[in-house]
Amino acid sequence: MLVFFYDKTFEGLLTAIFDAYSRKTFPDKLLGVGDIPPLFLTEEYMVISDEEKSGRVCTALEKKMTKGACNMLTHLWLSEEAGSDELLFRYIRKTIDSPVSIETNFADADVLEAHQLARKVSHEAHFQKQFVRFQKAADDIFFAAVSPRYNVLPLIIDHFKDRFADQKWVIYDLKRHYGYYYDLQTCEEMTLDNDKHLLGGKLDEKLMAEDEKMFQELWKGYFKSMTIKERINLKLQRQHMPKRFWKYLTEKQ
Amino acid sequence: MNDNVLQKLKTLAKSAKYDVSCSSSGTVRQNSAGGLGNTVGGMGICHSFSEDGRCIALLKIMLTNYCIYDCAYCINRRTNDIRRATFTVDELVELTIEFYRRNYIEGLFLSSGIIHSPDYTMERMVRVVKQLREVHRFNGYIHMKSIPGASRELIDEAGLYADRMSVNLEIPTEANLKLLAPEKDHRSVYKPMKYIQQGVLQNIEDRKKFRKAPRFVPAGQSTQMIVGATDERDKDILRVSSILYQQTQMRRVYYSGYIPVNSYDKRLPTLKQAPLVRENRLYQADWLMRFYQYRADEIVDDSYPDLDLEIDPKLSWALRHPETFPVDINKADYAMILRVPGIGVKSAQFIVMSRRHGRLNASHLKKIGIVMKKAQCFITCNELPTFTVQEATPEYVRKVLTEPKKKADGGQLSIIFPD
Repeated sequence: MLVFFYDKTFEGLLTAIFDAYSRKTFPDKLLGVGDIPPLFLTEEYMVISDEEKSGRVCTALEKKMTKGACNMLTHLWLSEEAGSDELLFRYIRKTIDSPVSIETNFADADVLEAHQLARKVSHEAHFQKQFVRFQKAADDIFFAAVSPRYNVLPLIIDHFKDRFADQKWVIYDLKRHYGYYYDLQTCEEMTLDNDKHLLGGKLDEKLMAEDEKMFQELWKGYFKSMTIKERINLKLQRQHMPKRFWKYLTEKQ
Repeated sequence: MNDNVLQKLKTLAKSAKYDVSCSSSGTVRQNSAGGLGNTVGGMGICHSFSEDGRCIALLKIMLTNYCIYDCAYCINRRTNDIRRATFTVDELVELTIEFYRRNYIEGLFLSSGIIHSPDYTMERMVRVVKQLREVHRFNGYIHMKSIPGASRELIDEAGLYADRMSVNLEIPTEANLKLLAPEKDHRSVYKPMKYIQQGVLQNIEDRKKFRKAPRFVPAGQSTQMIVGATDERDKDILRVSSILYQQTQMRRVYYSGYIPVNSYDKRLPTLKQAPLVRENRLYQADWLMRFYQYRADEIVDDSYPDLDLEIDPKLSWALRHPETFPVDINKADYAMILRVPGIGVKSAQFIVMSRRHGRLNASHLKKIGIVMKKAQCFITCNELPTFTVQEATPEYVRKVLTEPKKKADGGQLSIIFPD
């Protein structure tokens, strides 16, 4: 069994593809550096990330794939699911080997799986656009905490940057301990040294802006009044707005 | 902003909630420099869902719930003894902006009861959206109700600020509208509809000449009909919507299952429960017209005037036309594949794309996401012929598909221990 070890970065993965083609051997398994190797390891190869090599694979793929499919690869990578790197590897290999585009061949198990996983990721990104709730802090920064299933923050930042261009905001991923801060000009990645106190996703009342509490109450009042009692359908509500988001939703507190 | 506003907000939200439309789709607009908000197009963004499972995308609110009319189906009729309130323009604008900044909403859905006259009301509504767009440079979504009977100038002005406008038809036939709302007629509804449509068409022409010409109601118009308050059959309702889709380029027709809000009124039927299943079937039929290339008279006609509540309209059509099946998945054209029960628009596109790479069989179809329980009786694929609707007869297929689901107990014997 041939195993490739790489540094678990996207660049590393693309380098692995370059190396596989130049060695003319393809790995049965992709592992991160330091992972426990499988029992019947016959050969191993250490991939060293290389900007030039990964760049060449990237250019080749961009030439061969449509923009939509390139986006799909990004989504797959951001899913951070176990085995998604091997799926990516197989998908890219099939793309390179095939004389015609494989993008629409959904009878192929890998193409279908890649498509479905990418769709899940983009769905999660859409969920975040729906359910991010900002709270205005005393220093006029709008703060929101999230904990998405997949690492989708990079996918949604542009949306918020365009939409809330005239207010400072922070969106912070509590699961992955990083976030983005927008300061009216640029949007930068940031980490908090200690985010324990934010675990509930709510700002402390002392940190809130003066009128924040009032608008939260107004929104809650509005939300309650919108229900039509004769049509209550809690299952449908949960289907559209899964319970895992409720802890961050102002109206559900 | 104080308790008074909270009270008003609750009152006016309760009055506005029976309006069905809440979509935020149809326009793509990027933020302008120094402005607030954008619209995303596509399927829009729903920000929350109330306990009845309906989405809350827009701040759906009335400017006032005072009304000079006395329509039997409406909660805000003047003879109803309910709490009344009116927002000032500033209050409503501030609420919209602050809710938007917190990502609670996608924009504003502004409606109003009619005070003094249609024009007086419409003018006040226009003032709200004008202030939002011009003073606060708000680029979010705005859906505005056009008041029946409002003048053309006001609608033309409103159209420059709103993304979508709507006039509610409410009752599909004129006779029944006269019965329930003697002060209204269809003319006053169709007139503003026509103004909006002409404005949109004119705008398309203008934008061909001047690329920067301001857009007029870019997301088009929608309307709504109440289902179950009067004695219209489904065929009447669907005929009206099909005409609206074709002749007025309506983007959406909404169906609102009648909820007995004024049960004391003897002109209205007494219902135990809102006709939710019928409403759902009407939406399914509506989808068939908009995305599946069905004509209204294929879904319901004189010999089949009402939709089947037990099975969906697409399956119902298939069972009435067994002669068109089975469909060969590997050969049939897209329009025919779209007509197979259990195959949706996405799946049909997947099939058409994938079969260029090789023949498809049943296991592929299942993985792609087709509901094989329904579809298997209506298709043949790259396998031996199966038991299709031709052999099984439509009656049998219907029986199998409408059987209540058996509980999966896994064949486990239950042992009852004596006390």
